[in-house]
Order: sequence, then C-alpha cells, then structure tokens
Amino acid sequence: MSDRLSVFKTYKLYVGGKFPRSESGRVYEVTDSKGKWLANAPQSSRKDARDAVVAARKAFGGWSGATAYNRGQVLYRVAEMLEGRRDQFIREVADAEGLSKSKAAVVVDATIDRWVWYAGWTDKIAQVVGGGNPVAGPYFNLSSPEPTGVVAVLAPQESSFLGLVSVLAPVIATGNTAVVIASEKSPLPALSLAEVLATSDVPGGVVNVLSGRTAEIAAPLAAHQDVNAIDLAGADDVLAKELEIAAADNLKRVLRPQPVDYAETPGTDRLTAFLETKTVWHPTGSLGASGSAY
Amino acid sequence: MASAFEYAPAPESRSVVDIAPSYGLFIDGEFVEAADGKVFKTVSPSTEEVLSEIAQAGAEDVDRAVKAARRAFEKWSALPGSERAKYLFRIARVIQERSRELAVLETLDNGKPIRETRDADLPLVAAHFFYYAGWADKLDHAGFGSSPKPLGVAGQVIPWNFPLLMLAWKIAPALATGNTVVLKPAETTPLSALFFADICRQAGLPKGVVNILPGYGDTGAALVAHPDVNKVAFTGSTAVGKEIARTVAGSRKKLTLELGGKGANIVFDDAPIDQAVEGIVSGIFFNQGQVCCAGSRLLVQESIQDELLESLKRRLSTLRLGDPLDKNTDIGAINSEEQLARITSLVERGEAEGAERWSPACELPAAGYWFAPTLFTNVTQAHTVARDEIFGPVLSVLTFRTPDEAVAKANNTPYGLSAGIWTEKGSRILAVANKLRAGVVWSNTFNKFDPTSPFGGYKESGFGREGGRHGLEAYLDV
Repeated sequence: MSDRLSVFKTYKLYVGGKFPRSESGRVYEVTDSKGKWLANAPQSSRKDARDAVVAARKAFGGWSGATAYNRGQVLYRVAEMLEGRRDQFIREVADAEGLSKSKAAVVVDATIDRWVWYAGWTDKIAQVVGGGNPVAGPYFNLSSPEPTGVVAVLAPQESSFLGLVSVLAPVIATGNTAVVIASEKSPLPALSLAEVLATSDVPGGVVNVLSGRTAEIAAPLAAHQDVNAIDLAGADDVLAKELEIAAADNLKRVLRPQPVDYAETPGTDRLTAFLETKTVWHPTGSLGASGSAY
Repeated sequence: MASAFEYAPAPESRSVVDIAPSYGLFIDGEFVEAADGKVFKTVSPSTEEVLSEIAQAGAEDVDRAVKAARRAFEKWSALPGSERAKYLFRIARVIQERSRELAVLETLDNGKPIRETRDADLPLVAAHFFYYAGWADKLDHAGFGSSPKPLGVAGQVIPWNFPLLMLAWKIAPALATGNTVVLKPAETTPLSALFFADICRQAGLPKGVVNILPGYGDTGAALVAHPDVNKVAFTGSTAVGKEIARTVAGSRKKLTLELGGKGANIVFDDAPIDQAVEGIVSGIFFNQGQVCCAGSRLLVQESIQDELLESLKRRLSTLRLGDPLDKNTDIGAINSEEQLARITSLVERGEAEGAERWSPACELPAAGYWFAPTLFTNVTQAHTVARDEIFGPVLSVLTFRTPDEAVAKANNTPYGLSAGIWTEKGSRILAVANKLRAGVVWSNTFNKFDPTSPFGGYKESGFGREGGRHGLEAYLDV
C-alpha cells in the first residue's frame, strides 16, 4: 500500500472532438462489479444527444469522402494507441466486468485485434459487396457500397469494451459517423476509448461518446430526423421495440439486437448493415453490329 | 398539332387474352372464394370497362394462405437448389411463351401502352425469373456464408404501376432462395398476378409455394402483421412503408421497402441535348410518370434552359396519348380515378403556388382516366410540385448554375431513389454521381433496369435492394 493519495479522473463525454461535461450537469455513480464506487460518469441529456448528432453530421462529409486507404490508416492508428494504453484498459475492463486481470487481458487483446481486423476492411469491403453487373444491353453499370450517414449505436450492456468496439468499428470503418451510447452500468472503458480516439487521427465528430441512461438518450436519437441508422445492440426487447417504432419515422436503417458472442470473429454483417448500394449506369456506345475485331 | 402524316390506328388484338368474368384467390394451388364471399371489380383505366370480378381476401384468407405457405415451406426449402432452379426456369419459359397474352392483359388492366408492356415489362419479367433461377443452386457462392438459409414464409405487397414486373422482382428471388410466398397484388391491377398463378400451375410448382391474395390495403396490413410471416417485402408509398416498419417493429420479421422518390434529372450545359431530351421524356413520361424512380425534377443548368425547354416542348408535342392497345401510343391512361384525382390536385396546387404550367395541345379521350403530359417552369425548391411525389406525367423544372448547386438541390429531398446526370464530361459524371444520395444513378440515360443490377433507395425511399446478388440478401438469414 502506497501512502500516496491517487488522483481521480473526471470522466467526460466526447462530442465533436471535445470533452464536454453533460449539458444537464448531471452525473451518476459508476461502481465495479462488487458495488465499489469507481467514478462519477456524466449522465447525458437529450440535448447532449442532439449536439452529438450535429457533430456527427458535420464530420460525415470529410470522413465518408476520405479514401478507404486513409480510413484504414486512421483506424490502424487507433489500434496502436489502444495497445499503448493496454494496461489501463485491462484495469477498467476488470473493474467493469468483474474479471480477473488475466481474463481482462484476454478481452482487451481481443478488442485491440478486433480493431485491427476492422481497420483492414476499409479498402476491401467495396470489392466484396460491389462490382460490375453484366447488364443485358449496351450499358456499363457498377454497384458500389456507400456509408448510410450518421449511425446511433447503443453499445452492448455487458461487454463494455470488446462489445463496444465490435459494434463501433464496423460503423466508422465503412465511412459512417457515430453517436455511441456507452454501456449504462459500465461506461468507463467507452469514455476512455474516447481519449484514445482523440489522440489518434480520427477527426473530431466521427465518433461521439455519450454515457448515461441508455433509454433516455436513445429515445431522441431513434426519433432524430438527421440520424440515418440505429444499432440496437444495447437495448432490451421492450426498449428495442419502442425505438424501432420511433425509427420508422424517417425510415432509419435498424439493426435489431441479437445474441452475439463477441469473442468470435465476426462476419461482414455489421459492415454491410450500414451501407447503401449505389448503382451507376452509363451507355457503352457499343460499336455497331459487326462486334469486336479481336 | 396537325401533322402532314397522320398515323393510322394500329391496335393490338385483344383476342390473345381470355379474361374470365370472375377470379378467386389462389391458395394452396387452388382458386378459391374469399371466406366472407367479398368481391371487387377491376376496370380498364382507358375505357372504364369492368374486366372481371375478383375475390377480395380478408384476414381469414390471409391466415389460410400463410398456413398453406408454411406447409409448403418444409418441402420447398429442402429441395436441392438445382430442382428449385428448374421450376424457376420453367416459369421463365412459360412467361416468354405467353408474353404477348400477358402484355395485352397488363395493358388492359393497368392502362399503360402496349409498347411498354410488350417491350419493357414482359422481357424484364422473364429475365428476372431466368436470372434468379440460376442463383437457386449457387447460393453457397453468393457471398452470404457457406450455407445461407431461407427465412420461411414471405409476405409480399406490390403496387399497381408495374404489376407483373413487381411480382417478378418479389417472387423470383424468394423462390430461388427456398422461401414460400403469399403475395398481395394491388386492388386496381390484380389480373396479371392471377394469370401468374395459372403459370405456376402449368409449371407444376408444388401447391402452396406461391399464394396470391388480391385485396385492398387492409388485406396487405393483415398479411404484414400475420405472426407466422417471416419476411415482409413491400413496394409502394413512403407513408405505407413507414406504417409497415412500425408494424413489424420488435418482431423478428425481416423487412425490405421500396418506396417513393422524387428523382433529380440533372442536365449540364455540355450535355448532348437531343439525347437528354429523350432521357427527360423517358424519365418522367414512361408509364405515365407512375414510376417510383421517375426523374420528376428536371435540374437544368441556367445557361441552356431556354434551348433545352424549347426542344423538350417540341418533343412533348409529338407524344401520342390515347388507346394503350394502339402500338403507336406513347402515353396511356392513369391507373385509377383515385390516382387521377391525386395528380390533378397536386397540379392545381402547383399552379396556385405560382409555378407555370404547360402542356402540349392534347386531346384526352372521353372515357377513362387521362392526364396530359405536363411541365412546370418557374418552380422553386419550396413548391409542392418540387417536393411531393406526384406519381403522374408531371415534370418540374428547376435551374442551377454550378455543379455544387446541382448536387445540393438534387439531394434536397427526403427521398433518395434515383437520379440522372447528363454531361459529355466523364470526370463530371463520376464526381456528381459520387455525391448524389440515390440508389440508382443513370448517366446519359434514364430508367434502365436489369435483373443483374441492384435497385433500391437511400433515405426515405426505403431500404434493401432488389435485383442482382444483393437482391438475394432480403430472403436469406444474413
């Protein structure tokens, strides 16, 4: 036991690349799995949610317009930063999820690897799900995936870090921007992830992290006219239904909650869930009936 | 406009199609009466002649049909894909064999010109079945994992603008992937779906795999809400699409929606004017403008507005409106009295709001539902005619000065289905196409469709894609 008094950290939200306190001035107590107080986390309001959407929309043009290669570089940089803070995350995940240090280390390693896995997808997904179509006529056309826009992400409640990254990384890897609601009970790994994002090369506003009561923050996001999609991973069945009904108002893309083992290597579902397919046509000006001479 | 050479009438013969005085619902391989005995009439929009009396499915019939589809699902989904493929190939062939009959039938029931049913709808209908037939035994290679599975019973609700084509878009991928189907055609155009039921019988399709339930909106609502339906596919209005999204919320039903649009057709100053004019015409007057991906907002670069409008007006004056069975007819009848009223009211609103209305000299037949091709100039983005989907032969003309302005105006809509770009400059096509928030972008062409090519919208034009490899996803457990 050291005599030195430790320095507490004030956890804050992450919106538009900045770390504001909640506009509401509210906080709530975050405890570890045994009920020991860990920190006061900001309890976000509807206004925080709306501010986050504004920031995410503002960032969308630049992020979606960046080359896929560039997005991959930026995401890989995040993994580098995560690796550097590995010990911090092991501590936070152990506290949040009641794991031993060694088990938490497995989770954190898997999380960093997950981030690297998604970083590598940025410049490949278009080739896997897009391509030329063999049209029956003198036309050339090409289907390409494009990000759908601003995605509200309800992070999984139990898997505070691996689950969070498993739902967040695919959203931004494909060029969307995100408003994330951290696990209600265990928001600290998410709030620390925000610090990693801020110190990597992810432009401000691409990811916005809110903590607080999931149901309270999710309601305005599900109903928001400038949110294009919502991932309901962190909602229970009752809340999910409510939010899905609200999401119908502007025909948001909805990813319903489903049982997921986040330790398993994911498929491409979460990448494609927030992509649109655009098909662009052009006449070929085919060279007459005689055909090619070759 | 008087012409030196008048066209003689060139009507297609009605004798190739034999419409029965009444039709039942198609459930479990049989035509049956509705449980409550309800019927409705379907009329020909060009003459208001009653074509047939159709059984109207109620909730009890929906339940019966879903049960039949559920029973059929077990065997159908267990068939080797190669066998399912052969059924689809058979259907495709029968459609080709009967395409003239179906084209005339569709023209009678829908009001669209025979030129379009014969040359566009029917070839595409057959092509869709051929395309998806080939997928049935190749699903492991479609990129959805090594053994993607069907979902079960698909409840499908389709609109009246392309009755048989929309049926093909829905049924072909559903069957190829091993699902069974309960389909509700629109109340104004049930006939070709019922003829399709007969094609299923000719092809020897197992009973219950395809069920057809004509009816109104309440029939569709009952189908969508049925607890034993696993997949809902809808093409129609955005308002109904939102209602359906609310209905299936919280269920495990997979949902795809193809909804409305307010497509921008952007013409730059270096565009090939003659081709652009043809593209504008096909963009908004194809199928009397009753097309969700219609190019209903013309965005013209200001410097060529006068020249383009002059050409466009000249071209519109040569369009021939009238008997849809006449092979020379370009513009047929509006599908229903109700739809005509909707178009009329929106156009009146356009005039009241100060937009300038123009139509070529055009004589409308005395009977039937008709609307002359119509052009609005002096339109701003705030005008109703520039914002609301009219679903009729009505084009709103807006202008722009720079490519950025064109993109901003094109995207200034809650919809995101289609767009057109007209320019000779390739880099401009690519730059603009990249920025447009629309699922289909036609450059230097418009309204082209192909079964290999995914089709569907961004934003409030719905979600999911039909056609191509992407179209399979809606019917698989992915």
